[in-house]
Amino acid sequence: MDYPRRTKDQLAARVAQDIFDGAVVNLGIGQPTLVANHLPAGMEVVLHSENGLLGMGSAPAEGQEDYDLINAGKQPVTLRPGGAFFHHADSFAMMRGGHLDICVLGAFQVSATGDLANWSTGAPDAIPAVGGAMDLAIGAKQTWVMMDLLTKQNESKLVEKCSYPLTGLACVKRVYTDLATFACTEQGLQLIDAVDGLSREALERIVGLPISPAQ
Amino acid sequence: MINKIAPSVEEALAGIQDGATVLIGGFGTAGIPNELIDGLIAQGAKDLTVVNNNAGNGEAGLAALLRAGRVRKIICSFPRQADSQVFDGLYRAGKLELELVPQGNLAERIRAAGAGIGAFFCPTGYGTQLAGGRETREINGKHYVLEYPIHGDVALIKAEAGDRWGNLVYRKAARNFGPVMAMAAQRTIATVHEVVELGALNPEHIVTPGIFVNKIVQIDRVATQAGGFKKAA
Repeated sequence: MDYPRRTKDQLAARVAQDIFDGAVVNLGIGQPTLVANHLPAGMEVVLHSENGLLGMGSAPAEGQEDYDLINAGKQPVTLRPGGAFFHHADSFAMMRGGHLDICVLGAFQVSATGDLANWSTGAPDAIPAVGGAMDLAIGAKQTWVMMDLLTKQNESKLVEKCSYPLTGLACVKRVYTDLATFACTEQGLQLIDAVDGLSREALERIVGLPISPAQ
Repeated sequence: MINKIAPSVEEALAGIQDGATVLIGGFGTAGIPNELIDGLIAQGAKDLTVVNNNAGNGEAGLAALLRAGRVRKIICSFPRQADSQVFDGLYRAGKLELELVPQGNLAERIRAAGAGIGAFFCPTGYGTQLAGGRETREINGKHYVLEYPIHGDVALIKAEAGDRWGNLVYRKAARNFGPVMAMAAQRTIATVHEVVELGALNPEHIVTPGIFVNKIVQIDRVATQAGGFKKAA
């Protein structure tokens, strides 16, 4: 199982490749924020942040931080020309109302049919926290997940049925991983692409689920 | 004459009762009305239900209110943060009740209270444990969960500027929950950094019309501090 895995930056670049000019996109906390660094120059993508920003820009220069201007991870950001501020009910109306084109989230598990588990490991002593995950998962026109395909214990995070608490049902359209890109459909997983030398059959063995060929 | 300008935090907060539901604006540290929370600690009301997106950062503000033992229950979306140690300790010790609400449901339930909506069907959380036991309905092939409004006895919010009618404008992403919380409480108290003459705020730019605001208090600006995330060493 020694394949040339996509690095975190290569994975972010792979996701960015599928984002189109003019898209309104929400990048979840953590790995998905890297996608912003790989959007092609000259393309206009409007980044949404759930705490009330459209047109979010990069991090400010050191010393220029303004903690009234933060992202969903509460880190300082900037606003691009054309950007706007709005209150929380409007921000989440943008999600639930189907106004966001793409939302990219991290995940603990995704099922073959697109169920998402990304807010809780279900550990009994953990302090629960959900934030905007459930609203984002079901709200955007397309929800994409970005994650390593395997856990540290080499178990597939793509599963037949999520064992972790669910964030949303049948909401994930695509899963971008370090080894391959998949579509989640009502019929199950479909291959979009894989790293060099990794066949669909080998992926099926790794994931333990049927994967239909790329179309 | 209408004059909603309160001379002090103390006067603005007078009369908040034990057992009150207090909506507190803010997302992380942005928009947290720290001076009003400090005033509430001094005012002494206890057995409170607090509604905020988070559950306090560091040791000041909402964390200090929790530490003072005044809060019975917190309704929030994201209590667990890098600096939520006060909440974490009280929650683990069983001294604080938590109602965890997805962030958009929190905003919409507050908005619904302010807009006179009895309840609404919302797709967020359908099929998850956070919707457990609640009524659901299929509408045009999509599944929804019945959500009830969150009313406040008091809302404490932070704005940028206001006038004596209570009209408010906000600053950047510190707006967050302020406008919907202002609508949803019996009594809304806002801090502003600047009190301006009537007519000085461009009516096209007013975000919260004064009808939703009962008192405003002028507070000198203190730069909002970082909070809610782990700072790189």
